[in-house]
Amino acid sequence: MDITLMVNGVSRAVTVDPRMSLLDLLRERLALIGAKKGCDHGQCGACTVLIDGRRANSCLALAVAMDGREITTVEGLGHEDELHPLQTAFMEHDAFQCGYCTPGQLCSAAGMLGEPGPSAITGDMAADPDLTPEEIRERMSGNLCRCGAYVNIVSAIAEVAP
Amino acid sequence: MKTFDYARAESPSDAVRRCGPGAMYLGGGTNLVDLMRLGVARPDHLVDVSRLPLDAIEEAGDRLRVGAAVRNSDLAADPLVRSRYPMLARAVLSGASGQVRNMATVAGNLLQRTRCPYFQDVSRPCNKREPGSGCPAIEGDHTNLAILGTSHACVATHPSDMAVALAALGAEVHVTGPGGDRIVPIPGLHRLPGDAPERDTVLEPGDLITAVELPAPPPGASLYRKVRERASFAFALVSIAAVLDVRDGVVAGCRIALGGVAHAPWRAERAEQVLIGGPATGEAFLTAAEAELEQARPLPRNAFKLPLARNLIVRTLEELAS
Repeated sequence: MDITLMVNGVSRAVTVDPRMSLLDLLRERLALIGAKKGCDHGQCGACTVLIDGRRANSCLALAVAMDGREITTVEGLGHEDELHPLQTAFMEHDAFQCGYCTPGQLCSAAGMLGEPGPSAITGDMAADPDLTPEEIRERMSGNLCRCGAYVNIVSAIAEVAP
Repeated sequence: MKTFDYARAESPSDAVRRCGPGAMYLGGGTNLVDLMRLGVARPDHLVDVSRLPLDAIEEAGDRLRVGAAVRNSDLAADPLVRSRYPMLARAVLSGASGQVRNMATVAGNLLQRTRCPYFQDVSRPCNKREPGSGCPAIEGDHTNLAILGTSHACVATHPSDMAVALAALGAEVHVTGPGGDRIVPIPGLHRLPGDAPERDTVLEPGDLITAVELPAPPPGASLYRKVRERASFAFALVSIAAVLDVRDGVVAGCRIALGGVAHAPWRAERAEQVLIGGPATGEAFLTAAEAELEQARPLPRNAFKLPLARNLIVRTLEELAS
C-alpha cells in the first residue's frame, strides 16, 4: 500500500506491506537505524520514536497506519554540530554503557518532558508535580537499560527537565 | 505474521459495514499488533478505527463522555478526569508505559486480551485461543492468574487497570454494531470464562465501542492501588479501586473493584453489602474482605493472592476512612 509520511522533516512516499512495522520501515527501508529492535513487543523501549511529537513504540505501530504522520527518530532529534540538550546531558552524565537503548531513551525523554500532568506515583492527581528523580524514574519505566545505567540516565534527564 | 488487508474507516457506520467475517478493528495496536506477531490473532482484514472522530472528552450534564479513540494518556491528563475522577486517572497511569499509553485507546484498553502465558504461546493448548484444546495453566504456571470466578476451562485474568476503576465507578460503554446501538454497563461488559473462555466480553462480531460514559462521581474518598512484581510497567498481581463514604463513623456508601484476580474486573459486591450501614472500622473492613474472598478458588501457585487481596482491601479502606 502507498503511504506518505514526514520523517525527520522530510516527506517520504513509500509502498509498504500491511504487515510492516514502523520500526522496520525506518530501519530497513529508510536506512534510519537509530531506533533499535530490542524485544519487538513494546516492552523494552529501544524502538521509541516520536509520532506527531508523542513518544511511541515503533515496533507496535503498523507502517500502513502511519500515513500522514510526522515521525521523529533520534537522527532528527539533534545533529552532530547541534546536539539536542538531552544528547549533551547524556554525554556529560555518562548515561550509557553499551548504548543500544540510548536512542530510545533519548526519544522517550524528549517526549516525556512535554507530557502534562501527574504520573502514577504523584500524590495529588490534580497537581502538576516537579520532575523529581522519582518522577523521572516512573515516567521512563518504558525504557529498559540492561547495562543498568539508570542512575546516570535519570541525572542527565533531570538536568534538562524544567 | 499472516497476511491481511488494511482499510481505514471513514465513520463508525463505515467501520461496522467493513467489519465482516475475519475482520478486526485496529485502534492503537499496542496489544493487537503484538498478538498478530505472536500468531495469536490472525485477522484477514484490519479496519483502522484509530482516526474516527471519537477522540473527545465532553461533559454531559454531571456525566463525562469519553470517546472510544481517546488515548490513555489523554484520558489521564484531562483536567476534568484528574479533578473529578482521580481514581481513574491513577488507574490509567498505573498501566503500561508512557509510550504505550500514548498509543493505546480507551476502547482498546477495555478489549485487550489476557496476558496468560499459555494464551500467548501458540505452541501450547489454550481454551481461550483454541476452544476445547485444554488449559495447561491449571496444572502449570498460574502464578499471576485468577482466583475468583474461574472455571475448569480457564483461569485467565483481565489485565486492565482502567477497567477496574470503571467497574467501581459504574461506567457505561456505548456500542454500535450490526444490531444497532446499545449501552453495556461495566461490570457487565466482561464475561467470566465459564464454558466459553474464547469470549472475553458480551460484544458480538462487528460491535464497535464508540464511547465510555462516566456517571457523576460517587460521594466519598477514592483510591486506586496496585500491587505488582516491580515498581512500574508490570501487570497487577492484585489491584483495587475503592470509594468510601463515611458519615458519623458509619459507611454510607462503598464501591470496591478488584483487578488481577478474575477474567473480568471484579466488583466486590459481597464486601460492599457487608460494609454499607455498618461501622467504618478495621474489624469491619476485615470481615467484609473475608466475606468477598470466601468464594475464591485459588490454585497452588497463586494462593498468595488471597492474603494479598485481603490485606489490600483492608489497608485501602482504612486509608480512605482516615
